[in-house]
Amino acid sequence: MKPPLFRYEAPRTLRDAVAVLASDPDAMVLAGGQSLVPAMNFRVATPSLLVDIQHVEGFKGIAVDGDTIVIKAMTRHRELELDPEVRRVNPLIAEIMQHVAHVPIRNRGTVVGSLCHADPSAEMPLLFVLLDGTLVATGPPGTRHIAAADFFQSFLTTSRRQDEIVVEARLPVLPAGAGFAFDEVTRRHGDFALVGVGCVLSLDDRGCAQNVRLAACGISDRPVRLKAAEAALNGSLLAADDLVAAARASAGAVTQTDDMNTSMSYRRRVLGGLIQRLVPLAASRARGGKWQ
Amino acid sequence: MKRAAIRPSTPERSEDPRVDVSLTVNGQPVKRTVSVRMLLSDFLRHELGLTGTHVGCEHGVCGCCTVQIDGKAGRSCLTLAVQASGCTIRTIEDVADEDGVLHPVQQAFKECHALQCGFCTPGMVMNVLSRFEERQPLDLSESGIRDLLSGNLCRCTGYINIIAAVRRAAELLGRA
Repeated sequence: MKPPLFRYEAPRTLRDAVAVLASDPDAMVLAGGQSLVPAMNFRVATPSLLVDIQHVEGFKGIAVDGDTIVIKAMTRHRELELDPEVRRVNPLIAEIMQHVAHVPIRNRGTVVGSLCHADPSAEMPLLFVLLDGTLVATGPPGTRHIAAADFFQSFLTTSRRQDEIVVEARLPVLPAGAGFAFDEVTRRHGDFALVGVGCVLSLDDRGCAQNVRLAACGISDRPVRLKAAEAALNGSLLAADDLVAAARASAGAVTQTDDMNTSMSYRRRVLGGLIQRLVPLAASRARGGKWQ
Repeated sequence: MKRAAIRPSTPERSEDPRVDVSLTVNGQPVKRTVSVRMLLSDFLRHELGLTGTHVGCEHGVCGCCTVQIDGKAGRSCLTLAVQASGCTIRTIEDVADEDGVLHPVQQAFKECHALQCGFCTPGMVMNVLSRFEERQPLDLSESGIRDLLSGNLCRCTGYINIIAAVRRAAELLGRA
Protein backbone atom coordinates (compact mmCIF):
# COMPACT_ATOMS: atom_id res chain seq x y z
CA MET A 1 0.00 0.00 0.00
CA LYS A 2 2.81 2.39 -0.82
CA PRO A 3 3.17 4.04 -4.23
CA PRO A 4 5.79 2.72 -6.66
CA LEU A 5 8.75 4.91 -7.56
CA PHE A 6 8.28 7.92 -9.79
CA ARG A 7 10.00 11.18 -10.63
CA TYR A 8 8.28 14.37 -9.51
CA GLU A 9 7.99 17.80 -11.11
CA ALA A 10 5.98 20.80 -9.92
CA PRO A 11 5.97 23.33 -12.78
CA ARG A 12 4.82 26.91 -12.20
CA THR A 13 3.51 27.76 -15.67
CA LEU A 14 1.16 26.01 -18.08
CA ARG A 15 3.85 26.08 -20.75
CA ASP A 16 6.33 24.26 -18.51
CA ALA A 17 3.66 21.82 -17.35
CA VAL A 18 2.75 20.85 -20.92
CA ALA A 19 6.42 20.54 -21.89
CA VAL A 20 7.30 18.30 -18.95
CA LEU A 21 4.18 16.17 -19.46
CA ALA A 22 5.01 15.73 -23.15
CA SER A 23 8.60 14.75 -22.30
CA ASP A 24 7.59 11.31 -20.99
CA PRO A 25 4.82 9.11 -22.45
CA ASP A 26 4.32 7.46 -19.03
CA ALA A 27 3.92 10.76 -17.18
CA MET A 28 0.64 11.51 -15.40
CA VAL A 29 -0.92 14.71 -14.09
CA LEU A 30 -1.36 14.98 -10.31
CA ALA A 31 -4.05 17.43 -9.13
CA GLY A 32 -5.83 16.65 -5.83
CA GLY A 33 -4.69 13.03 -5.90
CA GLN A 34 -7.90 11.60 -4.41
CA SER A 35 -8.19 9.00 -7.20
CA LEU A 36 -4.62 8.83 -8.47
CA VAL A 37 -2.86 8.39 -5.10
CA PRO A 38 -5.03 5.42 -4.02
CA ALA A 39 -4.54 3.91 -7.50
CA MET A 40 -0.79 4.31 -6.98
CA ASN A 41 -0.98 2.93 -3.44
CA PHE A 42 -2.65 -0.14 -4.96
CA ARG A 43 -0.04 -0.05 -7.76
CA VAL A 44 -2.80 -0.01 -10.35
CA ALA A 45 -1.31 3.25 -11.65
CA THR A 46 2.47 3.28 -12.13
CA PRO A 47 3.44 6.61 -13.71
CA SER A 48 7.15 7.14 -14.30
CA LEU A 49 6.75 10.87 -13.77
CA LEU A 50 4.17 12.85 -11.78
CA VAL A 51 3.46 16.38 -12.93
CA ASP A 52 2.00 18.16 -9.90
CA ILE A 53 -0.09 21.05 -11.27
CA GLN A 54 -1.11 22.62 -7.94
CA HIS A 55 1.36 25.52 -8.29
CA VAL A 56 0.61 26.33 -11.95
CA GLU A 57 -0.36 29.99 -12.35
CA GLY A 58 -4.02 30.62 -13.19
CA PHE A 59 -5.22 27.13 -12.25
CA LYS A 60 -7.34 28.16 -9.26
CA GLY A 61 -10.82 29.58 -8.89
CA ILE A 62 -14.35 29.62 -10.24
CA ALA A 63 -15.89 32.31 -12.44
CA VAL A 64 -19.47 32.81 -13.58
CA ASP A 65 -19.18 34.49 -16.96
CA GLY A 66 -22.59 35.24 -18.47
CA ASP A 67 -24.27 31.86 -18.98
CA THR A 68 -21.12 29.84 -18.28
CA ILE A 69 -19.56 28.58 -15.06
CA VAL A 70 -15.80 28.24 -15.52
CA ILE A 71 -14.06 25.76 -13.21
CA LYS A 72 -10.27 25.87 -13.23
CA ALA A 73 -8.00 22.82 -13.16
CA MET A 74 -7.18 22.97 -9.44
CA THR A 75 -10.65 23.95 -8.17
CA ARG A 76 -11.51 21.53 -5.36
CA HIS A 77 -14.93 19.86 -5.18
CA ARG A 78 -15.78 21.60 -1.92
CA GLU A 79 -15.04 25.06 -3.37
CA LEU A 80 -17.55 24.50 -6.18
CA GLU A 81 -20.10 22.97 -3.80
CA LEU A 82 -20.04 25.97 -1.43
CA ASP A 83 -19.68 28.79 -3.99
CA PRO A 84 -22.72 31.07 -3.39
CA GLU A 85 -22.84 32.40 -6.96
CA VAL A 86 -22.77 28.85 -8.39
CA ARG A 87 -25.58 27.84 -6.01
CA ARG A 88 -27.63 30.75 -7.30
CA VAL A 89 -27.20 30.14 -11.02
CA ASN A 90 -27.11 26.33 -10.99
CA PRO A 91 -28.35 24.73 -7.74
CA LEU A 92 -28.21 21.26 -9.33
CA ILE A 93 -24.42 21.33 -8.88
CA ALA A 94 -24.51 21.56 -5.06
CA GLU A 95 -27.25 18.92 -4.92
CA ILE A 96 -25.16 16.44 -6.94
CA MET A 97 -21.99 17.20 -5.01
CA GLN A 98 -23.51 16.04 -1.70
CA HIS A 99 -23.04 12.57 -3.17
CA VAL A 100 -19.37 12.91 -4.19
CA ALA A 101 -17.44 10.82 -1.64
CA HIS A 102 -17.10 12.58 1.77
CA VAL A 103 -16.23 16.13 2.81
CA PRO A 104 -12.52 15.37 3.59
CA ILE A 105 -12.19 13.89 0.07
CA ARG A 106 -14.08 16.83 -1.46
CA ASN A 107 -11.74 19.23 0.35
CA ARG A 108 -8.77 17.79 -1.59
CA GLY A 109 -10.14 16.27 -4.80
CA THR A 110 -10.60 18.46 -7.87
CA VAL A 111 -13.58 18.64 -10.24
CA VAL A 112 -11.40 18.46 -13.34
CA GLY A 113 -9.41 15.58 -11.85
CA SER A 114 -12.61 13.60 -11.35
CA LEU A 115 -13.61 14.26 -14.97
CA CYS A 116 -10.21 13.12 -16.26
CA HIS A 117 -10.32 10.00 -14.06
CA ALA A 118 -13.67 9.17 -15.77
CA ASP A 119 -15.03 6.55 -13.42
CA PRO A 120 -18.30 5.44 -15.06
CA SER A 121 -20.06 5.43 -11.66
CA ALA A 122 -18.91 8.93 -10.67
CA GLU A 123 -21.26 11.88 -10.34
CA MET A 124 -19.26 14.73 -11.90
CA PRO A 125 -18.92 13.10 -15.34
CA LEU A 126 -22.70 12.53 -15.26
CA LEU A 127 -23.25 16.22 -14.47
CA PHE A 128 -21.18 17.27 -17.49
CA VAL A 129 -22.95 14.84 -19.84
CA LEU A 130 -26.37 15.89 -18.49
CA LEU A 131 -25.73 19.63 -19.02
CA ASP A 132 -23.52 19.40 -22.15
CA GLY A 133 -20.46 20.78 -20.37
CA THR A 134 -17.20 21.48 -22.18
CA LEU A 135 -13.59 20.70 -21.31
CA VAL A 136 -10.69 22.89 -22.43
CA ALA A 137 -7.45 20.98 -22.98
CA THR A 138 -4.00 22.38 -23.74
CA GLY A 139 -1.23 20.31 -25.31
CA PRO A 140 1.95 21.02 -27.32
CA PRO A 141 0.00 21.92 -30.51
CA GLY A 142 -2.37 24.29 -28.68
CA THR A 143 -5.75 24.45 -26.96
CA ARG A 144 -8.95 22.65 -27.97
CA HIS A 145 -12.49 22.48 -26.64
CA ILE A 146 -14.02 19.03 -26.13
CA ALA A 147 -17.76 18.46 -25.59
CA ALA A 148 -18.47 16.24 -22.57
CA ALA A 149 -20.32 13.79 -24.86
CA ASP A 150 -17.06 13.27 -26.81
CA PHE A 151 -14.77 13.38 -23.78
CA PHE A 152 -15.88 10.23 -21.96
CA GLN A 153 -14.86 7.31 -24.16
CA SER A 154 -14.94 4.23 -21.94
CA PHE A 155 -14.10 2.91 -18.47
CA LEU A 156 -11.43 5.31 -17.06
CA THR A 157 -10.74 6.46 -20.62
CA THR A 158 -11.22 9.92 -22.12
CA SER A 159 -10.34 11.64 -25.37
CA ARG A 160 -7.70 13.72 -23.56
CA ARG A 161 -4.34 12.91 -25.12
CA GLN A 162 -1.59 11.88 -22.74
CA ASP A 163 0.32 15.14 -23.35
CA GLU A 164 -2.70 17.38 -22.76
CA ILE A 165 -3.74 19.10 -19.54
CA VAL A 166 -7.41 19.95 -19.02
CA VAL A 167 -7.04 23.58 -17.93
CA GLU A 168 -10.70 24.26 -17.25
CA ALA A 169 -14.18 22.76 -17.40
CA ARG A 170 -17.29 24.75 -18.29
CA LEU A 171 -20.91 24.21 -17.30
CA PRO A 172 -23.96 26.22 -18.34
CA VAL A 173 -26.22 27.94 -15.81
CA LEU A 174 -29.68 26.37 -15.50
CA PRO A 175 -32.27 27.88 -17.87
CA ALA A 176 -34.76 30.20 -16.12
CA GLY A 177 -37.72 28.23 -14.77
CA ALA A 178 -36.10 24.82 -15.23
CA GLY A 179 -36.63 22.14 -12.58
CA PHE A 180 -33.89 19.71 -11.63
CA ALA A 181 -33.27 16.63 -9.51
CA PHE A 182 -30.51 14.15 -8.78
CA ASP A 183 -30.32 11.04 -6.65
CA GLU A 184 -28.46 7.77 -6.59
CA VAL A 185 -28.58 4.35 -5.02
CA THR A 186 -25.44 3.19 -3.22
CA ARG A 187 -24.58 0.48 -0.73
CA ARG A 188 -23.25 3.11 1.70
CA HIS A 189 -23.45 6.91 1.62
CA GLY A 190 -20.42 8.31 -0.21
CA ASP A 191 -19.72 5.16 -2.19
CA PHE A 192 -19.71 5.18 -5.95
CA ALA A 193 -23.26 4.90 -7.28
CA LEU A 194 -24.76 1.57 -8.32
CA VAL A 195 -27.00 3.84 -10.38
CA GLY A 196 -27.30 7.64 -10.30
CA VAL A 197 -29.78 9.74 -12.29
CA GLY A 198 -29.87 13.47 -13.01
CA CYS A 199 -32.83 15.28 -14.54
CA VAL A 200 -33.46 18.81 -15.85
CA LEU A 201 -36.74 19.85 -17.49
CA SER A 202 -39.04 22.79 -18.20
CA LEU A 203 -42.83 22.96 -18.31
CA ASP A 204 -44.90 24.91 -20.86
CA ASP A 205 -48.08 26.87 -20.04
CA ARG A 206 -50.21 23.72 -20.23
CA GLY A 207 -47.88 21.82 -17.90
CA CYS A 208 -46.34 19.68 -20.63
CA ALA A 209 -42.69 18.74 -20.20
CA GLN A 210 -40.17 20.39 -22.52
CA ASN A 211 -36.45 20.08 -23.03
CA VAL A 212 -36.26 17.04 -20.77
CA ARG A 213 -32.71 15.96 -20.07
CA LEU A 214 -31.93 12.71 -18.29
CA ALA A 215 -28.51 11.17 -17.71
CA ALA A 216 -27.30 8.25 -15.65
CA CYS A 217 -24.05 6.93 -14.20
CA GLY A 218 -23.17 3.40 -13.11
CA ILE A 219 -25.04 1.73 -15.95
CA SER A 220 -22.45 1.65 -18.72
CA ASP A 221 -18.74 2.13 -19.37
CA ARG A 222 -19.35 5.90 -19.29
CA PRO A 223 -22.08 8.33 -18.17
CA VAL A 224 -24.95 8.32 -20.70
CA ARG A 225 -27.85 10.53 -21.77
CA LEU A 226 -31.14 8.59 -21.66
CA LYS A 227 -32.49 9.79 -25.01
CA ALA A 228 -35.25 7.18 -25.33
CA ALA A 229 -36.64 8.06 -21.90
CA GLU A 230 -36.37 11.79 -22.72
CA ALA A 231 -38.38 11.22 -25.93
CA ALA A 232 -41.07 9.39 -23.93
CA LEU A 233 -41.46 12.40 -21.62
CA ASN A 234 -41.09 15.40 -23.95
CA GLY A 235 -44.50 16.95 -24.63
CA SER A 236 -46.24 14.73 -22.06
CA LEU A 237 -48.11 15.81 -18.93
CA LEU A 238 -45.83 13.53 -16.88
CA ALA A 239 -48.72 11.31 -15.88
CA ALA A 240 -48.00 7.97 -14.21
CA ASP A 241 -48.24 6.18 -17.58
CA ASP A 242 -45.69 8.57 -19.09
CA LEU A 243 -43.26 7.90 -16.25
CA VAL A 244 -43.66 4.13 -16.63
CA ALA A 245 -43.10 4.45 -20.38
CA ALA A 246 -39.90 6.48 -19.74
CA ALA A 247 -38.66 3.94 -17.20
CA ARG A 248 -39.27 1.10 -19.69
CA ALA A 249 -37.56 3.04 -22.46
CA SER A 250 -34.48 3.51 -20.29
CA ALA A 251 -33.76 -0.21 -19.87
CA GLY A 252 -31.75 -0.50 -23.10
CA ALA A 253 -29.26 2.10 -21.85
CA VAL A 254 -28.02 -0.29 -19.15
CA THR A 255 -25.08 -2.16 -20.67
CA GLN A 256 -23.12 -2.81 -17.47
CA THR A 257 -23.27 -6.59 -17.05
CA ASP A 258 -23.48 -8.37 -13.69
CA ASP A 259 -20.50 -7.46 -11.51
CA MET A 260 -19.40 -7.89 -7.91
CA ASN A 261 -21.72 -5.05 -6.81
CA THR A 262 -25.00 -6.06 -8.37
CA SER A 263 -26.75 -7.53 -11.41
CA MET A 264 -27.75 -5.98 -14.72
CA SER A 265 -31.44 -6.59 -14.08
CA TYR A 266 -31.25 -4.86 -10.67
CA ARG A 267 -29.54 -1.86 -12.25
CA ARG A 268 -32.40 -1.66 -14.80
CA ARG A 269 -35.01 -1.71 -12.03
CA VAL A 270 -33.18 0.94 -10.00
CA LEU A 271 -32.75 3.14 -13.08
CA GLY A 272 -36.47 2.95 -13.88
CA GLY A 273 -37.37 3.60 -10.24
CA LEU A 274 -35.11 6.65 -10.00
CA ILE A 275 -36.59 8.10 -13.22
CA GLN A 276 -40.12 7.67 -11.87
CA ARG A 277 -39.17 9.40 -8.62
CA LEU A 278 -36.92 12.19 -9.90
CA VAL A 279 -38.87 13.44 -12.94
CA PRO A 280 -41.88 14.44 -10.76
CA LEU A 281 -39.50 16.12 -8.28
CA ALA A 282 -37.91 18.15 -11.09
CA ALA A 283 -41.38 19.02 -12.39
CA SER A 284 -42.58 20.18 -8.98
CA ARG A 285 -39.54 22.45 -8.69
CA ALA A 286 -40.23 23.84 -12.16
CA ARG A 287 -43.85 24.44 -11.15
CA GLY A 288 -42.87 26.05 -7.87
CA GLY A 289 -40.74 28.48 -9.82
CA LYS A 290 -38.20 28.55 -7.03
CA TRP A 291 -35.46 26.20 -6.04
CA GLN A 292 -35.67 24.51 -2.70
CA MET B 1 15.28 -29.38 1.43
CA LYS B 2 17.44 -26.38 2.15
CA ARG B 3 16.19 -23.92 4.71
CA ALA B 4 15.58 -20.37 3.50
CA ALA B 5 18.39 -18.11 4.66
CA ILE B 6 17.62 -15.06 6.77
CA ARG B 7 18.06 -12.00 4.57
CA PRO B 8 20.66 -9.36 5.37
CA SER B 9 19.29 -6.06 6.59
CA THR B 10 17.68 -3.75 4.06
CA PRO B 11 19.80 -0.80 2.95
CA GLU B 12 19.89 2.18 5.30
CA ARG B 13 19.79 4.61 2.41
CA SER B 14 16.93 4.44 -0.04
CA GLU B 15 17.60 4.71 -3.77
CA ASP B 16 14.45 6.83 -4.17
CA PRO B 17 14.71 10.34 -5.64
CA ARG B 18 14.60 12.74 -2.71
CA VAL B 19 13.03 16.12 -2.38
CA ASP B 20 13.13 18.96 0.16
CA VAL B 21 9.85 19.70 1.91
CA SER B 22 9.14 22.49 4.33
CA LEU B 23 5.81 22.88 6.06
CA THR B 24 4.27 24.00 9.32
CA VAL B 25 3.09 21.20 11.58
CA ASN B 26 1.12 22.06 14.72
CA GLY B 27 2.47 25.60 14.61
CA GLN B 28 6.10 24.57 14.27
CA PRO B 29 8.12 25.02 11.04
CA VAL B 30 9.55 21.69 9.82
CA LYS B 31 12.09 20.95 7.08
CA ARG B 32 13.03 17.48 5.90
CA THR B 33 14.45 15.77 2.83
CA VAL B 34 12.29 12.78 1.96
CA SER B 35 11.50 10.32 -0.81
CA VAL B 36 9.12 11.77 -3.42
CA ARG B 37 6.76 8.87 -2.78
CA MET B 38 6.50 9.34 0.98
CA LEU B 39 2.86 9.79 2.00
CA LEU B 40 1.99 12.61 4.38
CA SER B 41 0.71 10.03 6.88
CA ASP B 42 4.11 8.28 6.92
CA PHE B 43 5.88 11.65 7.03
CA LEU B 44 4.01 12.62 10.18
CA ARG B 45 4.54 9.26 11.85
CA HIS B 46 8.04 8.22 10.76
CA GLU B 47 9.79 11.53 10.12
CA LEU B 48 8.19 13.61 12.88
CA GLY B 49 7.22 10.88 15.37
CA LEU B 50 3.63 12.14 15.53
CA THR B 51 2.00 8.74 15.81
CA GLY B 52 -1.40 10.07 16.85
CA THR B 53 -2.36 10.10 13.16
CA HIS B 54 -3.34 6.50 12.49
CA VAL B 55 -3.00 4.56 9.26
CA GLY B 56 -5.81 2.15 8.47
CA CYS B 57 -6.62 1.33 4.86
CA GLU B 58 -4.20 3.60 2.97
CA HIS B 59 -6.67 4.18 0.18
CA GLY B 60 -8.94 6.85 1.58
CA VAL B 61 -11.82 4.72 2.83
CA CYS B 62 -11.41 4.44 6.61
CA GLY B 63 -10.65 8.05 7.53
CA CYS B 64 -8.24 7.15 10.38
CA CYS B 65 -5.45 9.28 8.91
CA THR B 66 -7.55 12.47 8.66
CA VAL B 67 -5.61 15.65 9.54
CA GLN B 68 -6.15 19.31 8.78
CA ILE B 69 -4.39 20.56 5.66
CA ASP B 70 -4.51 24.37 5.48
CA GLY B 71 -7.38 24.31 7.96
CA LYS B 72 -9.51 21.72 6.16
CA ALA B 73 -9.88 18.02 6.91
CA GLY B 74 -8.03 15.81 4.44
CA ARG B 75 -6.71 12.28 4.14
CA SER B 76 -2.98 12.23 4.92
CA CYS B 77 -2.69 8.81 3.19
CA LEU B 78 -3.98 10.30 -0.07
CA THR B 79 -1.54 13.20 0.02
CA LEU B 80 2.14 12.96 -0.79
CA ALA B 81 4.40 14.74 1.69
CA VAL B 82 5.80 16.76 -1.22
CA GLN B 83 2.27 17.89 -2.16
CA ALA B 84 1.89 19.26 1.36
CA SER B 85 5.12 21.27 1.14
CA GLY B 86 4.29 24.87 1.96
CA CYS B 87 1.06 23.85 3.71
CA THR B 88 0.00 24.19 7.33
CA ILE B 89 -0.82 20.82 8.92
CA ARG B 90 -2.61 20.23 12.20
CA THR B 91 -2.73 16.79 13.79
CA ILE B 92 -4.51 15.30 16.80
CA GLU B 93 -1.45 16.12 18.97
CA ASP B 94 -2.34 19.82 18.67
CA VAL B 95 -5.99 19.53 19.68
CA ALA B 96 -5.87 19.33 23.49
CA ASP B 97 -4.14 22.31 25.11
CA GLU B 98 -0.66 22.11 26.61
CA ASP B 99 -1.94 21.39 30.12
CA GLY B 100 -3.82 18.37 28.80
CA VAL B 101 -7.23 20.01 28.95
CA LEU B 102 -9.30 18.31 26.28
CA HIS B 103 -10.84 20.18 23.36
CA PRO B 104 -14.67 20.21 23.56
CA VAL B 105 -14.87 17.63 20.76
CA GLN B 106 -12.50 15.31 22.66
CA GLN B 107 -14.38 16.01 25.90
CA ALA B 108 -17.65 15.06 24.21
CA PHE B 109 -16.15 11.80 22.90
CA LYS B 110 -14.96 11.01 26.43
CA GLU B 111 -18.27 11.88 28.12
CA CYS B 112 -20.35 9.91 25.63
CA HIS B 113 -18.04 6.88 25.59
CA ALA B 114 -17.67 7.35 21.84
CA LEU B 115 -14.64 5.09 21.59
CA GLN B 116 -13.65 1.61 22.58
CA CYS B 117 -10.29 0.68 21.07
CA GLY B 118 -9.73 4.29 20.00
CA PHE B 119 -7.96 3.52 16.74
CA CYS B 120 -10.40 5.55 14.60
CA THR B 121 -10.78 8.36 17.15
CA PRO B 122 -8.01 10.76 15.98
CA GLY B 123 -9.48 10.76 12.46
CA MET B 124 -13.02 11.15 13.82
CA VAL B 125 -11.98 14.09 16.02
CA MET B 126 -10.08 15.86 13.22
CA ASN B 127 -13.03 15.46 10.85
CA VAL B 128 -15.67 16.60 13.37
CA LEU B 129 -13.50 19.47 14.61
CA SER B 130 -12.95 20.70 11.05
CA ARG B 131 -16.66 20.73 10.32
CA PHE B 132 -17.35 22.78 13.45
CA GLU B 133 -14.59 25.21 12.45
CA GLU B 134 -15.84 25.49 8.86
CA ARG B 135 -18.45 28.23 9.55
CA GLN B 136 -20.98 26.52 7.28
CA PRO B 137 -24.46 25.64 8.55
CA LEU B 138 -24.35 22.17 10.13
CA ASP B 139 -27.17 19.63 9.94
CA LEU B 140 -27.22 18.17 13.46
CA SER B 141 -30.16 15.85 12.85
CA GLU B 142 -29.49 12.12 13.19
CA SER B 143 -29.10 11.73 9.42
CA GLY B 144 -27.02 14.91 9.16
CA ILE B 145 -24.56 13.65 11.79
CA ARG B 146 -24.42 10.24 10.12
CA ASP B 147 -23.58 12.01 6.86
CA LEU B 148 -20.89 14.06 8.64
CA LEU B 149 -19.34 10.86 10.04
CA SER B 150 -19.80 8.77 6.89
CA GLY B 151 -16.16 9.15 5.85
CA ASN B 152 -14.86 7.63 9.09
CA LEU B 153 -15.16 3.94 9.87
CA CYS B 154 -15.38 2.58 13.43
CA ARG B 155 -15.31 -1.17 13.90
CA CYS B 156 -16.16 -1.25 17.65
CA THR B 157 -18.91 1.06 18.77
CA GLY B 158 -21.72 0.87 16.25
CA TYR B 159 -21.71 4.69 15.95
CA ILE B 160 -24.56 5.37 18.41
CA ASN B 161 -22.26 6.93 20.98
CA ILE B 162 -20.23 8.75 18.34
CA ILE B 163 -23.40 10.40 17.06
CA ALA B 164 -24.25 11.36 20.65
CA ALA B 165 -20.74 12.80 21.03
CA VAL B 166 -21.15 15.05 17.98
CA ARG B 167 -24.40 16.33 19.46
CA ARG B 168 -22.70 16.90 22.83
CA ALA B 169 -19.76 18.65 21.13
CA ALA B 170 -22.25 20.99 19.46
CA GLU B 171 -23.66 21.84 22.91
CA LEU B 172 -20.19 22.42 24.36
CA LEU B 173 -19.24 24.62 21.40
CA GLY B 174 -22.52 26.56 21.53
CA ARG B 175 -23.61 25.24 18.13
CA ALA B 176 -26.53 23.07 19.19
